[in-house]
Amino acid sequence: MRQRIALDVSELPMHGLEGASPTWWGTFAFMLLEGTGFALVIAMYLYLLDLAPQWPIGAEPPRLGPGTALTVILIASLVPNLFISRWARERNMRKVRFGIVIMSLLGIAPLIPRAFEFSALNTSWDSNAYGSILWTMLGLHTTHIVTDVADTIVLAVLMFTRHGTNLRRLGDVQDNALYWNFVVLTWLPLYICIYWIPRL
Amino acid sequence: MRPRLKALLGAACALPGASCVGWQSTLSPQGPHAESLLRLIFAFAIVCALVWILVVAMLAGALMRRRRISREPLASRPREERRLGMLVGAATAATVVVITGLTVLSFVATRGLEASHDDALKLRMRGYQWWWEVTYLDPRPDRIFLTANEIHVPIGRPVEIELSAADVIHSFWVPSLAGKKDLIPGRDNAITFTATRPGVYRGQCAEFCGLQHAHMAFLVIAEPPEAFDGWRRAQLTDASAQTTSEEERGRGVFTQKACAACHTVRGTSASGSLGPDLTHVASRRYIAAGLLESTRGSFAAWIADPETLKPGSNMPNVPLTSDDLRDVSAFMASLK
Amino acid sequence: MSTLDISSDPRDTGLDERALARRLADLWQTPRGIIGTLSSVDHKIIGRRYIVTAFFFLLLGGVLALAIRIQLAKPENRFLAPDLYNQVFTVHGANMMFLFAVPVMEAFAVYLVPLMIGTRNIAFPRLNAFSYWIYLPGGITLWVAFALDMGPDVGWFAYVPLSGPQYGAGKRADIWAQMITFTEVSALAVAVELVVTIFKQRAPGMSLDKIPLFVWSMLVTSFLIIMAMPAIMVASTTLILDRLVGTHFYNPAEGGDVLLWQHLFWFFGHPEVYIIFLPAVGMVSTIVSTFARRPIFGYLPLVLALFATGILAFGLWVHHMFVVGLPRVGESFFTASSMAIAVPNGIQIFCWLATLWDGRPVFKTPLLFVIAFIITFVIGGLTGVMVASVPLDTQVHDTYFVVAHFHYVLVGGAVFPLLGAVYYWYPKIIGRMMSERLGRWVAGLVFVGFNLTFFPMHILGLIGMPRRVYTYGPEMNWGSINLFVSLSAAILAAGFLLFFVDAIRSAFSGEPAPENPWNAPTLEWATSSPPPSYNFERIPVVSSSDPLWETPETLPVATGLRTDRRELLLTSLSEANPQARESSPRDSIWPFLAAIATTVMLISSIFSAWAVVWGSVPIAVTLIAWFWPKGTPEDAA
Ligand code: HEA
Ligand code: HEA
Ligand code: HEC
Ligand code: CUA
Ligand SMILES: [Cu+2]
Repeated sequence: MRQRIALDVSELPMHGLEGASPTWWGTFAFMLLEGTGFALVIAMYLYLLDLAPQWPIGAEPPRLGPGTALTVILIASLVPNLFISRWARERNMRKVRFGIVIMSLLGIAPLIPRAFEFSALNTSWDSNAYGSILWTMLGLHTTHIVTDVADTIVLAVLMFTRHGTNLRRLGDVQDNALYWNFVVLTWLPLYICIYWIPRL
Repeated sequence: MRPRLKALLGAACALPGASCVGWQSTLSPQGPHAESLLRLIFAFAIVCALVWILVVAMLAGALMRRRRISREPLASRPREERRLGMLVGAATAATVVVITGLTVLSFVATRGLEASHDDALKLRMRGYQWWWEVTYLDPRPDRIFLTANEIHVPIGRPVEIELSAADVIHSFWVPSLAGKKDLIPGRDNAITFTATRPGVYRGQCAEFCGLQHAHMAFLVIAEPPEAFDGWRRAQLTDASAQTTSEEERGRGVFTQKACAACHTVRGTSASGSLGPDLTHVASRRYIAAGLLESTRGSFAAWIADPETLKPGSNMPNVPLTSDDLRDVSAFMASLK
Repeated sequence: MSTLDISSDPRDTGLDERALARRLADLWQTPRGIIGTLSSVDHKIIGRRYIVTAFFFLLLGGVLALAIRIQLAKPENRFLAPDLYNQVFTVHGANMMFLFAVPVMEAFAVYLVPLMIGTRNIAFPRLNAFSYWIYLPGGITLWVAFALDMGPDVGWFAYVPLSGPQYGAGKRADIWAQMITFTEVSALAVAVELVVTIFKQRAPGMSLDKIPLFVWSMLVTSFLIIMAMPAIMVASTTLILDRLVGTHFYNPAEGGDVLLWQHLFWFFGHPEVYIIFLPAVGMVSTIVSTFARRPIFGYLPLVLALFATGILAFGLWVHHMFVVGLPRVGESFFTASSMAIAVPNGIQIFCWLATLWDGRPVFKTPLLFVIAFIITFVIGGLTGVMVASVPLDTQVHDTYFVVAHFHYVLVGGAVFPLLGAVYYWYPKIIGRMMSERLGRWVAGLVFVGFNLTFFPMHILGLIGMPRRVYTYGPEMNWGSINLFVSLSAAILAAGFLLFFVDAIRSAFSGEPAPENPWNAPTLEWATSSPPPSYNFERIPVVSSSDPLWETPETLPVATGLRTDRRELLLTSLSEANPQARESSPRDSIWPFLAAIATTVMLISSIFSAWAVVWGSVPIAVTLIAWFWPKGTPEDAA
């Protein structure tokens, strides 16, 4: 077909940010997908609870210590997370570098109480369905922390290489911060299910 | 059933080879439950057939309609568009009306099937890979007995069956009497139906349950109350005494070999519970859940090699000499 | 901020068409050679691979269907032993659903959506490559296992406890579960790509009310995938855990529940059937409009019907469980919701009929398939309405009546439109026409063969034949109908055979196709057949939902994109106003390697839980290499 020039786009920026960025939307789509997964696991928990004559099945409720410590760390990490997102928007490369290191550390920190959480559950994955669903919830969330922290560390390393000055990295940092919010927020209902519902 | 439905039924049966008066057919109902379900099926089928005819007529009209002028694809014709819009709207409204009607019909049918009965005959069926254990319940413990793969019911009296599963999911289905209901490990289900006419109705496991799902049938024998009571009295008795020496020897083989570890024959020392109760096995029409008619020959064939006749079956090939085999089949055939 | 150095005057503005085409070809062409083949991120190359692979699985699944039909042709047949039969119908069902029907629809979307919305490549092209490379081993896993007599034998929905640790011996059920993981990962990846492509990469001016209906249907389908497939991932993962490490999700003795499996499976399984059906609906809308020679009637109602179907799809799953003994109230709700879905489906049918009525139909092969589709699908939809009634379903559930229902909707409702779509888009994809004469034969044979094969199955179900039985006795009176069905299946197979012959033959000797052989209105027809690697020399600018009918002679386009990096245009979500010029990644071998690493991990995890741990190390390495910036112009911001 013959072409007729109807529009000139040469003045547009060479990279889309936030709502104009495909990765931002991709991150959203993945959050929707994984959020559905979390919701289903919680639904499974409630289903098994509804079926069981007593809950927890044959065990004391989990010890609160490690899980609560982890929750506190996760919630506290939201503050620097919000900051790093703002710094990235302001294109303040120095602060972003600082922030991403902090976020890497704050991503590793919760893994320490998490390691103790499994033994605090007072049940094993193969004792009964109650143990199975608890371990699954914890395991699923742990994989999310681990993958996100791995992502953050790689990003932190990138920030200190020659690619670090690239504007695109700022978009990556924003997407990464967005995803960390998701990792923290999905933990809260899991925390209530694992630690508080058995105490009701 | 109304005559018009009968006529339709006849038409369906005229299809090549279709036999609708089968003993395991939704189309030959033998009790109120199955009858009301068949009425429902016909009601739905007729409505759906009409809808389909209308749609196809519209399609034919749309395709074969004479067209006058040719025109550009994007020519704007608001009047025609509005008329089409009204037609589509009307068809949609009609769809809403029809499905509302069908939904109500369905609810009414469900309600009609629900009725609790105090005088119901109560029994329990437990699904095993791949046979049915049957327990006739009774408030008096000495009137409870076990059988397998065949149940007898009195006509005119509701039958309530508790359903449970020993291993995997199975499904109870006697199309001539009622719809199906699953037997699920860890859960209890029940089904109720009434047979109005005497007859032999076949049922079959309807949920895929492994290798021999195809051979997990059972029979429902509906008979007048007196005949039923007679059958029940006979079932309550111990195994009949052996009359020939062959049968006598067969009993010895049975109780000494592995058989007794899995099967019960009341009145002998055999009291295993992994396989069907064989106290009156020869009184049942089929063995191995509908696989073979219970003749002496098929007892012998079955016992000699269950693995070939019903691959995967949970009854092992028990090594027997040919004499033992002859005797034990004679013994089986004597268990009327 | 520093940006990468970009050579002088990189924009396309001043270039004449020949020079522009040459530069774009240099930029977008997939490199030659084996490494190039494995590295390609061109959505057309990947889409084509996907389509061919999916049709290959249709062929294999069809051969199994024929084996089923031979076995059932007469009572007590000994063609297939019970153990083999169970593997055959399970692999037939699982293969058709997971390896053919869902992937083939996605495959068409991967190929067509970027062209239809006027962009140069799909969003996340490397993820797209990865999705194909993970789909292929999933299929190979299933078929190799089947060849080794390790094929799953538990039915395509693998009910526990039959598939559980106690009764599902060997690795058969694990193969099923892991095949699910492979195909779901690939489906989810494609779904995410499509959502973002459709949201962000539409041609300038293609506002929400101008999106082609096939693209709308793929958008809704993608959301269905994103929200339904996690359910089967959770289900198959917990099943593997039960089997491998001794959890008790499905063990009633330890607080688990067998019905939990059914809820999880069907929460996915019902949307799954619309994941297959909705893309077909989009194909039908496209074909109807083109061959009725007028815009589709009822664009808005059709879009709303897609959404209504998508939303309702999540409220129907229990209609597969009407005989498990759930409480009455719940069942009634699911009857009502299942019936309600007839309304959006009806609206679609009526809008197509209205379009045909008002248009001037041109009876080419694609339209013939659409006609066959309407006649056949409506039967399947109506039997769907029948089985949606709880009391009625207690009689026909798990019988051949249901087998008839779902083949009518799957084959009549999805495969017929799909075959029509092949005839329709083949010239665009291959650059040659398929044979119109053979096409008519294919349509006729498939239509007649299909109905003769599957209509009698309704009667078989009503006269008591359960599904999934490897044989039946002569006393059951099912023999003659089954023989008739099996003979008819030969007609159906002949139709499919002819289709494959036509498709392969035309690739070599079909008539060369012009740009727009059908005089169709959507953007994929505005470029050459087959399209160049960069799709369009310049991004089209759209002002109508039927752009090529609006301006048949000239195509309004945008200039100003660079020619020294792969660049495409991002536009706003609802109005499609230009927002940015975004780069699109180059070819990369890493998605292929990441898929290999993932395959190794998934297969090994069937045998040892620890594989999940050590297996993720290579995956992490390949992923980091994949995402690590390479300093190409695409990195510039
Ligand atoms: C493409 C796939 C597809 C589609 C589109 C559908 C569409 C529908 N299906 Fe189907 N279904 C399957 C694939 C599909 N199904 C599969 C694979 C299974 C079996 C799985 C297994 O067990 O292995 C199954 C099983 C299945 C069951 C379970 C049966 C059982 O196991 O006992 C039920 C029950 O409600 C059901 C209902 C419906 C309904 C109500 C629709 C509706 O969407 C249909 C709506 C369409 C119409 C109604 C026609 C068009 C409308 C009009 C022309 C308007 C006029 C209409 C009226 C007035 C009524 N389906
Ligand atoms: C999109 C999905 C899809 C498609 C296209 C088909 C296509 C076909 N199906 Fe399938 N089917 C399912 C999905 C599908 N099926 C599902 C989900 C199940 C349930 C499984 C379960 O219960 O778990 C099922 C179950 C099923 C059964 C029930 C088995 C049982 O319950 O025991 C039967 C029985 O007849 C059957 C038959 C057929 C036939 C004859 C075709 C035909 O349309 C196939 C036609 C195609 C070909 C025949 C291929 C092309 C042929 C050639 C190129 C000829 C060359 C061949 C040679 C030279 C050998 N199918
Ligand atoms: C390990 C357990 C086991 C042993 C040992 C065993 N059986 Fe069985 N038997 C079964 C099971 C299980 C069935 C049901 C098989 C089926 O229908 O799939 C059965 C079925 C039968 C039936 C048919 C019953 C009916 O009503 O359908 C007969 C008769 C029978 N066995 C006789 C014997 C004899 C005789 C022996 C010894 C030689 C024997 N069995 C040994 C388990 C056993
Ligand atoms: Cu028991 Cu099928
Ligand atoms: Cu469904």
